Amino acid sequence: MSTEKIKVGIIGPGNIGTDLMYKVFRSKHLEMGMMAGIVESEGIRRAESLGVPVSTEGVKAVAEQKDIRIAFDATSAAAHVKFNAPPLREAGIVSIDLTPAALGPYCVPSVNLDQLRLEPDINMVTCGGQATIPIVYAVSRVAGAAYAEIVACISSKSAGPGTRANMDEFTETTAKGLESVGGADKGKAIIILNPAEPPLMMTNTIIVRIKDPSVGLERISASIDEIVAELKTYVPGFQLRVPPMLEGDKVTTIVQVQGQGDFLPEYSGNLDIINSAAVAAAERIAAEMLAAEGGATDNG
Amino acid sequence: MASQKVTLVDTTMRDGSHAVRHSYTTDQVTAIAKGLEEAGVPIAEIAHGDGLGGSSYTYGFSKTDEIELVRTAAAQMRNTKVAVLLLPGVGTIEDLKRSRDAGASVVRVATHVTEADVSAQHIAAAKELGMMAVGFLMMTHMVAPERIAEEAVKMESYGADYINLADSAGYLMPEGVGERIEAVREAVKIPVGFHAHNNLALAMANSLAALEAGAAYLDGTLRGLGAGAGNTQLEVLVGVLERRDIETGVDFYRLMDLAQDVAEPLMQRPQIVDSGSLMLGYAGVYSSFLLHVYNAAEKFALEPRDILVELGRRGMVGGQEDMIIDVAYQLRKG
Repeated sequence: MSTEKIKVGIIGPGNIGTDLMYKVFRSKHLEMGMMAGIVESEGIRRAESLGVPVSTEGVKAVAEQKDIRIAFDATSAAAHVKFNAPPLREAGIVSIDLTPAALGPYCVPSVNLDQLRLEPDINMVTCGGQATIPIVYAVSRVAGAAYAEIVACISSKSAGPGTRANMDEFTETTAKGLESVGGADKGKAIIILNPAEPPLMMTNTIIVRIKDPSVGLERISASIDEIVAELKTYVPGFQLRVPPMLEGDKVTTIVQVQGQGDFLPEYSGNLDIINSAAVAAAERIAAEMLAAEGGATDNG
Repeated sequence: MASQKVTLVDTTMRDGSHAVRHSYTTDQVTAIAKGLEEAGVPIAEIAHGDGLGGSSYTYGFSKTDEIELVRTAAAQMRNTKVAVLLLPGVGTIEDLKRSRDAGASVVRVATHVTEADVSAQHIAAAKELGMMAVGFLMMTHMVAPERIAEEAVKMESYGADYINLADSAGYLMPEGVGERIEAVREAVKIPVGFHAHNNLALAMANSLAALEAGAAYLDGTLRGLGAGAGNTQLEVLVGVLERRDIETGVDFYRLMDLAQDVAEPLMQRPQIVDSGSLMLGYAGVYSSFLLHVYNAAEKFALEPRDILVELGRRGMVGGQEDMIIDVAYQLRKG
C-alpha cells in the first residue's frame, strides 16, 4: 500500500519533530521517509528504533531521497532560511515550515489551505496563530474586524528554548497572521508563560472590534461554531471555554487547546495544534499529488 | 547605621498609570516630570502600566500614546533619567527602539520570577542601543529566595545593570523581602533593588527591610499611586530615609509639594487598602488585576473577592488579566 502514500521528511528531531513523526504514523496519505538531524540525538535514536530511516546529515540527506515529496522543517527560522529552504526547493520538495521564518505564505488549514496547494514553501505561523486566527477569521467574515487582539497563555514547560529566546517573533508573526489570514485591519498578540503545576492547558483569549455590530451575536456565534467544527477535524482537543460575548462592537471569546498526547503531554496544546495543522496541510498536499498522478484517493 | 546611599526610582507615570486607568495626558506628564526633575529624583519610569505595548483591550487602552508621553517627560528631564518598562511577550524591541528615540535611556525588562530567560533578547538589545538595562523579576513571593537568585544570575549574564525584585502582589512580609534581597545580592555582582505594593500596608516596612538587606535601588510613586493598594509612597519614603540619615539626593519639600499639588488632583480614587487590594495581598494575586476584577464582578454580578481568590488558586501570573473573564464566567456558570 505504500505506493498510495507520499513520503515525508522531518528536519529537526527534537520534541516538535518527534511529535510530528507520531502524527505522520497515523496519517492515511503520509509515511515517514526520513528523520534528519545534524547530530546524534535521542530523537534520531527513537525514530530509528521505530523503523524510520534516519540521518545526521540534515537537509542534505532529505533532499537526496528521491521519493521524499514533502519536508517538515522543525528547526529554527535562521536554519530554515539559510540552510534548509534552498536545497528543498531545488529538489522540488514542498517545505512545511514550522519555524517563524515565513519565507512562504502563512497557512492556517481551516482558513486558507485551498489557496496554498501549489506553494513550494508554506509557513505555519505560530502555535498561538493556529489557535486564534481561525476565530478572528470566523468573526471577520460575518462582521468585519477593525482590530483583533489575542492573549495566548502556554505552560512554561511547553515553551521551548526557541520560543523563549525570541518572544518578539511570536508576537509579531502572530499579529501579522491575525491581519493577513484572520482578516483584521490591525492585529495585536500577547504571549504569557505560566509556570503553574500541574501545567495549565494552552488557553487563548480572542477579542475583536467588529465593524458591523448589527450582525448580532447569533450570526457571529454560528460562524465561530462552524470554524471550530472544522478545527476539531485536525485538533480534536480544541474547545470554546468561554463562548462569544458581544458588548457594543467588541466580541470576546476564550478557547482552550488540549493536545492529543502523541509524544508531548496533553497540556502542550500549543505544540499539538501547530503540528496538527502542519500535518493537515501535508495531507491535503499529498492528496493533491496522489490525485494528479492518478493514485488512489478517498477524498481525504 | 553607617552613611548609606540609595537610588530612588519614581514610577508614578508607569505603575501609577494603573491607578488612573492609563488616562495620563501630556499636560499631566509634563507637570509630574518637571517636578521630579526639580526635586532631583534620579530615575523616572513612564509607560503603560503593563509596560510598552500594554495599550490593549486586555490591559486597558492608553488615552495618550505612551511614546508621546515618554517624549513629553523627556523634554522636562535633564538630570532625571527616563525609564520604560518592557514585558517580553507584551512589548517588543521595536517598541523599545521607539521609546529610546523618544528619550528613554533606561529599560526595565520584566518577567515572571521563574521565566528570566525570555528577557535575554531584550536586555541584549537595550545594551546595543546604549541603554541602561534592569532585570525586573515579578511576583517574587511565589518562589524561594534561592530560586530567585538563579533567575537573577541569568539576567546578570544577559547584561543587566541591576536586578529589581518586585513584590507584585504585595504579599511579602519584611523578613521575606530581606531574605530575597540577600539571596540575590550573594548571587550577583550587580546592585539589587526592590519594588513594593502596599496591599497589606507593608510597602514602607518592606522597602526598609530591602534597604537593610542591602538594596541599592528603591521604587516608589507620588501619593503611592499604583496597581492594587499602590506602591511605596515616594515623598514619605524620602522623609523616612532622611530620618534614617540615608542619602537620596532628593529634595524632600519639593517632592512633598509635587505630591500634594500635582499628583493628588489627578487621582481618580483614594489610594487605600480597600477590600479588593487586601485580598490581592492576602491571596498573592498580581496587583494590576484589581480594577479589571471590579469591572468583571459588576458585569457578571459576582463578589470581587471570590474572583481574586480563584485567580490566586489557579496560580495566574502577571499579564493574565484576560483570565479574569474566564474565572468570572466559570464562577457564574457554577
